[in-house]
Amino acid sequence: MTTTTASSVSRQSGLWAHLVYVLRDNPVTLLSFALFAFFVGSAVFGPLLVPYDPLATNAAQALQPPSFSHWFGTDNLGRDVFSRVIVATRLDLSISVAAVALSFVIGSVLGAIAGYWGGWLDAVLNRVFDTIMAFPLFVLAMGIVAALGNTIENIVYATAIINIPFYARLVRAEVNIRRESGFALAARLSGNSHWRVLAFHIFPNALPPMMVQVSLNLGWAILNAAGLSFIGLGVRPPEPEWGIMVAQGADFVVSGHWWVALFPGLWLMLAVFTFNLMGDGLRDIVDPRRRT
Amino acid sequence: MLSIKDLSVGFRTRRGDVQAVRGISLELAKGETLGIVGESGSGKSVTSFALMRILDAGGSITAGEVTYSGIDLRRASERDMRTVRGREISMIFQNPRAALNPIRKVGHQIEDVLRQHARATRNDAREKAIQALRDVRINDPEARYHAYPFELSGGMCQRIVIALALACDPRLLIADEPTTGLDITTQKAVMDLSQELIRARGMGSILITHDLGLAAQYCDRLAVMKDGEIVETGPAQQVFADPQHEYTRRLVEATPRPDATVRSLLPEDRRPPELTHTPSETPLLEVRDLRKTYAGKAGPVHAVKGISFTVNQGQSVGLVGESGCGKSTTSSMLVRLLDTTDGEILYQGTDLAQIPAEQFGKHPLRGDIQMVFQDATDSLNPRHSARACIAEPLRRLAGLRGKAVHERVEELAELTGLPANLLDRFPHQLSGGQKARVGIARAIALDPKFLILDEPTAALDVSIQAVILNLLADLRARLGMSYLFVSHDLNVVRLLCDEVIVMQNGEVVEAGPTEQVMSAPQHPYTRALLAAAPRPPERLNTTPLLHEVHNA
Amino acid sequence: MNAQLRSVFWRILQTLPVVFGVVVISFVLTRALPGDPAVYFAGAMADEQSIEEVRVALGLDKPLWHQFFLYVGDLLQGDLGNSISTGQPVLTDLAMRLPASLELTLFALVLACAIAIPLGVLAAVRQGSWVDHLCRVLVTAGVSLPTFFTGILLIYVFYYLLGIAPSPLGRLDFIYFEPPRVTGFYLIDSLIDGDPETFFAALRQLILPATTLALFTLAPIARMTRASMLTALSSDYIRTARAAGLSGAMVLFGYAFRNALLPVVTTLGMVFSFVLGANVLVEKVFAWPGIGSYAVEALVVSDYAAIQGFVLAMALLFVFLNLVIDLSYTLIDPRIRFNAK
Repeated sequence: MTTTTASSVSRQSGLWAHLVYVLRDNPVTLLSFALFAFFVGSAVFGPLLVPYDPLATNAAQALQPPSFSHWFGTDNLGRDVFSRVIVATRLDLSISVAAVALSFVIGSVLGAIAGYWGGWLDAVLNRVFDTIMAFPLFVLAMGIVAALGNTIENIVYATAIINIPFYARLVRAEVNIRRESGFALAARLSGNSHWRVLAFHIFPNALPPMMVQVSLNLGWAILNAAGLSFIGLGVRPPEPEWGIMVAQGADFVVSGHWWVALFPGLWLMLAVFTFNLMGDGLRDIVDPRRRT
Repeated sequence: MLSIKDLSVGFRTRRGDVQAVRGISLELAKGETLGIVGESGSGKSVTSFALMRILDAGGSITAGEVTYSGIDLRRASERDMRTVRGREISMIFQNPRAALNPIRKVGHQIEDVLRQHARATRNDAREKAIQALRDVRINDPEARYHAYPFELSGGMCQRIVIALALACDPRLLIADEPTTGLDITTQKAVMDLSQELIRARGMGSILITHDLGLAAQYCDRLAVMKDGEIVETGPAQQVFADPQHEYTRRLVEATPRPDATVRSLLPEDRRPPELTHTPSETPLLEVRDLRKTYAGKAGPVHAVKGISFTVNQGQSVGLVGESGCGKSTTSSMLVRLLDTTDGEILYQGTDLAQIPAEQFGKHPLRGDIQMVFQDATDSLNPRHSARACIAEPLRRLAGLRGKAVHERVEELAELTGLPANLLDRFPHQLSGGQKARVGIARAIALDPKFLILDEPTAALDVSIQAVILNLLADLRARLGMSYLFVSHDLNVVRLLCDEVIVMQNGEVVEAGPTEQVMSAPQHPYTRALLAAAPRPPERLNTTPLLHEVHNA
Repeated sequence: MNAQLRSVFWRILQTLPVVFGVVVISFVLTRALPGDPAVYFAGAMADEQSIEEVRVALGLDKPLWHQFFLYVGDLLQGDLGNSISTGQPVLTDLAMRLPASLELTLFALVLACAIAIPLGVLAAVRQGSWVDHLCRVLVTAGVSLPTFFTGILLIYVFYYLLGIAPSPLGRLDFIYFEPPRVTGFYLIDSLIDGDPETFFAALRQLILPATTLALFTLAPIARMTRASMLTALSSDYIRTARAAGLSGAMVLFGYAFRNALLPVVTTLGMVFSFVLGANVLVEKVFAWPGIGSYAVEALVVSDYAAIQGFVLAMALLFVFLNLVIDLSYTLIDPRIRFNAK
């Protein structure tokens, strides 16, 4: 027992020092972590805290510009844009987290197996991923949602499917370069089965680049889901969701009612921006040399 | 011709400023060959980059003077430097394949240099480039002109780098580890060629290398560097034969020579008495007609073509050959990581070749046959501490748990000379030598009877290599293991092994007792290998004298 | 030269399995999923009888493998079915609208490359300078911008506030006539017609949507250019070239840039994927009469054949673009040629 605590302590202190160093060196990463906490907070507590019911219409208050009582103004039905933007956080984050989690798990398993054993399985999986990647991914997502039916779950599945090849390819490459590495061979000499070598020795070493990918992908998944609902797939009105809100607001922009589209769009952008910054920051932490 | 005075080079890094070179001074006369020798991190390459002013970003000359034929290289404008580089001073690098532009024909790369320095016009550039290739003895230069670097062997690429460096008849050539990573026979060919060309053109040259023997053989004068400083300079013979500085002496002693014993590699005052090991006549491992054939794109590739040999109990056998000779394939099969195509591996009468590599992990004999890997860094899981690495076979194969693991790990650490307080460190926090010890501790954790050493010291500096070789010798004597020592270096193999097997193209070309093979090689390939090894000058007979002083 | 030709041929051959895969997926998407495809294809207004007619017409009463052969047979004859909303064959609709999408996409892509590649190179050469920081900001902001939102923002600023952009409705203001169709690209057709006025009118319409797309596309290209340029600049052969006294321009462009271009070209494949997807959104925002907005309209009325045709057309277009990328890669990198032998 003592051995494991001792080792984890020394490891954590090294990681901690590195983390502090990276954060001090790059305050933008710190900002991204703070923003991330903000979004998670909005998703968890938002619906409890917002001043108005996001679905309550009020024709008398339609298309009011931002004011003290309505920070982000009101939309054409008199709903409070601020409340709707905050409440939408939960749905948008849930979709992207669920989709990314799904593709992470499936992609990791398939990629690890393909990378370690190679052979016909690798060849078959490669073909399948090639085929998925042969579609412009957003277009494929459109096709999948259109075929499966217009629901939120199907948005999650579609987003997951188009993301799987990225994870699988990444894990495959990471596993493949370590398959014949000294430590993997040494683990086999120590009596580990192939499964154990893969799961406990090789795969953990592939995790850091995966985390970077996860962060970048979360942003991308949000964009994707919002894009789908923007063209009328998945989430349906009056449910508050950033993409739909921008779509609805678009009609009023040409008449000068900018706030209806601006705030949900801004929030969407900020969320994606946060995940991208965080991904870059994680990349710095994981591998300072690959900083781009 | 070249004069360096109090040169200091600093790098701005994430951890603040680092001084890579600290006030060194050197002189190079016309037509002279100077060797700069040092272990990794001694600042020898940085010195050469500094005087060419091609330091990486963040590096700069912080003090001192560099003068070449009256030109102040430190203050010269970038435009002036460009005419100096290539025309006055040229450079060749290690890893020749990476040193060439991968997507440009080699002939065109030579033309680029010729035309940059106005040594050729559009019309005659091609002809002159081919001539440059011919000068470095490239067969069929007209065809090679159109080759890309990836189509050529490492030795061939280095010849092209030399052709490129000498294309504009510079008067000084700086060679930075020009043969590291090349096979030993190729190394000799490349070194002989460059020496001949330098002499023929009356050029000066600087050879930067970690290999003291190589430097002593090819250089007039040596400068030994350590931690950014020059600790000793002098005529090559003298530096080697009668080193003045403590560090030089250690370096000279640690360099494997034909007359050295494993103990004599260590510093004088740190030589424990030699432990004797006595190989028995009982065979431990008998290999019979072992074959391995891979399915290649252009038909089957015969990596190992039916080799046979025997390793007796307690005996050490060296397996020597150049890259691609099949020695690694052989060791993978013996350690049962790779299935054989044909043949027998009799271990105390059991034919291990019958057991698929896949299932050998759970075989009771797994603990008996272990391996120390070539690159210690690569062989340790970056996410496991040294303790976890060593404990792995104890947990998985011996079924030890808790305190028993703990105690055995500490015991192994002591046995391999690894300080117990380093056990909780991760590989990146350990030095090369310490990592090698962890790898050895893991390999001997289960008291194996047969240990395969796959170039265990190839990636180490010579002084560390000396220590690790001694450790291996001691462990053998104390634990009675048999070794199969796989290496490309006969001089290193000789220190540990009772018998040697020389492999070429998947076949055994010569085998026998080490001394016999070394002193009277029968096969021409063995002779070529021996001849190619750098032959440092004989040491003066100063050791006994020092001994007396030391004893007194 | 022979080896080069052979590798080109080999690469073209390699697209066949991918095309086959694309066809299989588009078949699976419409025929093999739960639910009754006949109901989908007949449209929302259909009654019992017309559903049954569709079922027989599409061969949906036959086993799946048989349906697949019928489907492939139809595809080979260029039959993608009829659109419910326009009443025309889907292939005709797509062919009509494809040039609009292509003109927008290619224009945006050229614009993006023209800005991103020099920016990335400069950022790498002057690492840590203001150009580098600008590049970093643009890159991170660029990938975070939802294209539909950028489009709306640009419309608000340049059309509503400043009034310098034309109304965001289609490819040409209604006061102009469509140039006679040769290529379908208004910019080119108007020039062929010798009508600079229409050319500039079309250009004015094109600028905002193309900028929207380009802003989004710029980021991955600039990022990859900078990264691969940095890798190239720190490589051994650059050191050799410098040590041989080659001039700065030669080292930078002749040696570093050409090597750095390889990963950039590879990234272009991924960029195409993003652009073609974002294209759909931008077309909707700017009411651009391309195949993207065609698909969005089809989604609204559940026009199945149209959506399927659109997905298939986009995939085939993407496969084709990737083929072009790979072939140009073959021309730049001699190692590929060698491997194909």
